[in-house]
Amino acid sequence: MSEFPLPAAARVPVRKTYKLYLGGGFPRSESGRSYPVTSAEGEPLAHAALASRKDARDAVVAARRAFGPWAARTAYNRGQILYRVAEMMEGRRAQFVQETIDAEGLDTARAEEVVSAAVDRWVYYAGWTDKVAQVLGGTNPVSGPYDNRSVPEPTGVVAVLAPPESPLLGLVSVIAPVIATGNTAVVVASEPHPLPAVILAEALATSDLPGGVVNILTGRLAELAPPLASHADVNALDLTGAGERAAELEEAAATTLTRVLRPRPSPDWAAAPGLSRITPFLETKTVWHPVGI
Amino acid sequence: MPDTAPAPGLPRSTDNASLRAFLHGLPGVDEVGARARAAALATRSLKTTAKAHAIDLAIRMVDLTTLEGADTPGKVRALSAKARRPDPDDRAVPQVAAVCVYPDLVPVAVDALRGSPVAVASVATAFPAGRAPLEAKLADTRQAVADGADEIDMVIDRGAFLAGDYRKVHEEIAAVREACARPGGEPAHLKVILETGELATYDNVRRASWLAMLAGADFIKTSTGKVSPAATLPVTLVMLEAVRDFRAATGRQVGVKPAGGIRTTKDALRHLVLVNETTGPDWLDPSWFRLGASSLLNDLLMQRTRLATGTYPGPDHYTLD
Repeated sequence: MSEFPLPAAARVPVRKTYKLYLGGGFPRSESGRSYPVTSAEGEPLAHAALASRKDARDAVVAARRAFGPWAARTAYNRGQILYRVAEMMEGRRAQFVQETIDAEGLDTARAEEVVSAAVDRWVYYAGWTDKVAQVLGGTNPVSGPYDNRSVPEPTGVVAVLAPPESPLLGLVSVIAPVIATGNTAVVVASEPHPLPAVILAEALATSDLPGGVVNILTGRLAELAPPLASHADVNALDLTGAGERAAELEEAAATTLTRVLRPRPSPDWAAAPGLSRITPFLETKTVWHPVGI
Repeated sequence: MPDTAPAPGLPRSTDNASLRAFLHGLPGVDEVGARARAAALATRSLKTTAKAHAIDLAIRMVDLTTLEGADTPGKVRALSAKARRPDPDDRAVPQVAAVCVYPDLVPVAVDALRGSPVAVASVATAFPAGRAPLEAKLADTRQAVADGADEIDMVIDRGAFLAGDYRKVHEEIAAVREACARPGGEPAHLKVILETGELATYDNVRRASWLAMLAGADFIKTSTGKVSPAATLPVTLVMLEAVRDFRAATGRQVGVKPAGGIRTTKDALRHLVLVNETTGPDWLDPSWFRLGASSLLNDLLMQRTRLATGTYPGPDHYTLD
């Protein structure tokens, strides 16, 4: 029997603090700032951390530290880990569905579809990890007694501006191809709808994904994107969510010879992605080897 | 020190009983207070022009250090080149205070730094453990001085200190001090490493600081860098208080050198704030405060570039050693 019956109203709700995901941990912004997030209907949902330029810099440091070991893992192992992310998302399906309903204003059936597509996208890129080298690399015919091979290698630290209009499926669609080939990512989440990104970070943190491979910042694009674009230790920049700032950011990236992906506006996130997001973040290494020794 | 009359309150002689009575008569350190004070000062932030000034000061205070078993003459020459011109792209970057190497590599460093104001510091006295006969320690020191070292970083005998044999520690420091003499010139500067990570309490840090200063140290240094924890802010705070009080009691100014574990610009600036707030600006000079570090210099250079250009630089653009 219940010894201490409490009236339902007496329980204090336990609210979640939405924080950043940096180097495998969940810190608040070093600036201590946060900003209010509303649902698609304008209802207040929560306060998300408002990342500062310093957080962006710390994220690049964490991503750089994680890059060597992550790129050195076997492609097969990276595939296992990406598949594990899909497993973890599936386990938190209800939470992802609810966040998607709140953020995008979808009905439940449609939100279920979005979450399923996001989970399937991890599986899709998990399959690509150990096949990229066969498709994009190979033996080159040369006129000499040499074995000449090209292999794709990861570019390095990639700054990703996630699409604001698709806070879950779009986010997964830009992160997964970057890390599948061994890059590490600093991601600026959707500015109006950052909460699904924080939930995704919690799935990533429990997926055997080494800390620092994905770093997620929530905050103002206008504040975070310029320092990332001009940062000399960022090797590539994905301008998917840059909107009308794309040109100016591309210019800033040019000063430090950063690779830039500037896709056409508003891609269809439900469509099959192919290799279009994998190839921009690869470098081709070609080796000549004498044969017949 | 030994040829001046002891100030009131200082030990009358250097036998164990007098030293013990004096060192144990020093006020105890409020551990919680020291930690809280250091933590509170660590929240101060320096911005824009003040930060630019502080970064340049920190660069001038760096003792660029390489103390690895794998050190080669080539590495020491590379480090010396970096000490002379920390950022080859920018001539406005000041030079560091000194290069710190093992005694056998002193001739290489002296050769590489000839004609520059960068000093050569050498660890000595069986660094880092200090477990060797006194004669070996003195020979170690004399050789380094003869080879041209401007500064000697000696380690104290922590075993003797912890056992309460203060006289032995005192005599050893005084003997090494004599071994620092250079015929026809100023003696080499003596820095005394307390290895605070092995001293267990802040009270011991305070006592060891006073003991080293009484024995004639020109500088007191936190650690070898081989023991963790190395230089922490509260330890540096206790040592700064000791040099401040020592100058008040004797009129002689002694420098402080935290070493080990200072890797970022933020760490370095926190130490500068601590100096300014504890001893005052008299110590904010490379003659009286040094930072023993190796990777710190690159971070200082990166922050300097960031302030100057507005763009975050990457570590790929700086030399590794």
